[in-house]
Amino acid sequence: MLQSLFYFLSFTSIFLACMVVFAKNPVHSVLYLILTFFTIAGHYLILNAQFLALVHVVVYAGAIMVLFLFVIMLLNLNAETEPRQSMLMKFAGTIAGGCLMLVLIAVFSKANALPAAHEVNSQIGLIKNLGKILYTDYIMPFEVASILFLIAMIGAVILAKREPKAAI
Amino acid sequence: MDLLLNFLPAIIIIVVMFGITMIAALYSTYGERKVAAYLQDRHGPNRAGPGGLLQPLADGVKMFLKEEIIPVASNKFLFILGPSIAMTCALMTGVVLPWGDKFTLFGRTFNLQATDLNIGVLYVFAVVSVSVYGIMIGGWASNNKWSLMGAIRASSQIISYELSMGLSIIALLMVTGTLSFREIVLQQHGGILHWNFIAQPLGFLIFLICAFAECNRAPFDLAECETELVGGYHTEYSSMKLGFFLFAEYINMFISSAVMSALFFGGFNFPGMDFLAEKGLDANWITLIGTAGYFLKIIFFIFFFMWVRWTIPRFRYDQLMNLGWKSLIPIALLNLAITAAVMVIRHSNNFGF
Amino acid sequence: MQTTSFSNRKKVLEQKPMTFMERIYLPAIVKGMSITISHFFKKKATIKYPEQKRTVSSVYRGLHILRRDENGAERCTACGLCALACPAEAITMEAAERKPGEESLYREEKYASKYEINMLRCIFCGFCEEACPKAAVFLEEDFAVANYSRDTFIYGKDRLVEKPKVGTKAFDIVKVGRTRELN
Repeated sequence: MLQSLFYFLSFTSIFLACMVVFAKNPVHSVLYLILTFFTIAGHYLILNAQFLALVHVVVYAGAIMVLFLFVIMLLNLNAETEPRQSMLMKFAGTIAGGCLMLVLIAVFSKANALPAAHEVNSQIGLIKNLGKILYTDYIMPFEVASILFLIAMIGAVILAKREPKAAI
Repeated sequence: MDLLLNFLPAIIIIVVMFGITMIAALYSTYGERKVAAYLQDRHGPNRAGPGGLLQPLADGVKMFLKEEIIPVASNKFLFILGPSIAMTCALMTGVVLPWGDKFTLFGRTFNLQATDLNIGVLYVFAVVSVSVYGIMIGGWASNNKWSLMGAIRASSQIISYELSMGLSIIALLMVTGTLSFREIVLQQHGGILHWNFIAQPLGFLIFLICAFAECNRAPFDLAECETELVGGYHTEYSSMKLGFFLFAEYINMFISSAVMSALFFGGFNFPGMDFLAEKGLDANWITLIGTAGYFLKIIFFIFFFMWVRWTIPRFRYDQLMNLGWKSLIPIALLNLAITAAVMVIRHSNNFGF
Repeated sequence: MQTTSFSNRKKVLEQKPMTFMERIYLPAIVKGMSITISHFFKKKATIKYPEQKRTVSSVYRGLHILRRDENGAERCTACGLCALACPAEAITMEAAERKPGEESLYREEKYASKYEINMLRCIFCGFCEEACPKAAVFLEEDFAVANYSRDTFIYGKDRLVEKPKVGTKAFDIVKVGRTRELN
């Protein structure tokens, strides 16, 4: 039951992720990405990480993707305005993609045996346990991340607040 | 069979709750018109049925029978998807709300709640943040500048006010120490003084203002500001698809009233609960009175929503953003800091410092 | 700041910066809400129209009526002055001679066998009322007539002439039937 659900979610998320790339319309692309986030939230739910699942939905699907959609809707991109890629660009893209694929294949062929999934506490994703671990074992990375966000926020405010005259 | 019996109460509650939500939304439309009329010294709808009570049915029939128009240049799939998302998300929140305490029937005791998620508050939050897609997709798919403007206004407004709403809830959660609606409500047992709005008056005020903004209700109904944007995001909609958008708004109002009553006004607790229990009244009756009290609170908040709508003029858009970012968020942060400080002081007193 | 004012009545309004209480807006909002809620319990300014009707003034000009005299005889003598006075040319009539035996129906020897007012043309100015030498035409309190077709708005004598009073000879002759409220 759980395994079939896992396979279903995995295949839909991969399929939707592919659709993000293949969709002609950028708005459709974003909508597929939102659906992908929902399937990933489903994965979290399978891992009994309800808090993570919901935070994932709130933050990624609910806030960040809304802003994405926002910008793309305002840009009003469509097939006519899309610049035509030159052959050189396509060529470069193919080579770069091919290289990445080669590296990935090499890595996976070397890693012949995946480490066995060690026993994890299935209650770790619940909000109480997560909070405890976050504020005891992982307090340092947590605080560093929050400082990083603070810096990013202040930077954004400064960029937005800059006087047009002072910029020159 | 046993599995079915375990799920049966939840299924029944979901079905009943669905019906109640629909009826509440239906009669909110009637209530809105009636309240608006009374606040403006008018009588309001009084033709259909006694006192106009059948007016929502007449409106519904009208909505269903109107011509269904899908603009040629619109994106048909997304055009239909928009109102569907709005409606689905509006209906999804109700499952975690605690409608009543324990109820014993045929020897089985169950809670009058579809499911008690241990992160219920967060769940409501997630659904609300997703529901903005209904408006955005609908507005964009209409292929109309007014609709797009309305959609963008709605989404930016909801994102902005979600922040301060979240901060005000965090302060509340620090006091209660749980994310489950049921536990939050049970903690408020024992008289009005234990209700959370006493402990968190500022948080409640912020939550109230943000609830108005999240529901796209006046004075924050800029998304459908008819003087500027024709009809906002539902300019191109007609018939029942328009009905879905309007209906979702009323359901959201009902749900946010329910959330407010549960988080800040004691949910199904009512004054004199223990007194009745001491007098030997059956627990089932107390539960039912509690549920009735809960609905009274919800109805009061719905009335409050309407009362505000017909009193306060609409914000200008820059005022809306200033209020959200420059006033509410700092106040919410201040509230958070004060709450934390008070908690630390109290905690340290317990240890005798 | 120097301001030119030719009438010397110009006043420059000083806008003081808002105080803290004004800036948080909440007192103002509470005040506004208390005003609206007080209206909730006030007497309603509107009425439930078809059931209740407002009293109109005695000189109100609504739909026309052709009066009968105290014996129940029609006062109109088809002189045509009302039609002449009518600025909208809404009134037409045909005169006829009273037959012997109809004295209780028509007051004068000459009467209107046909009397029509086109209510779509009529502007309810009341000139016909003023012009009438026999005090036959009056504009009464009724208004707001509605129908699906235009030709129903040409009111004939059947709808214009006042109902005869019970006890008069005209009542016995006319019986029921010719009433103003046929539509």
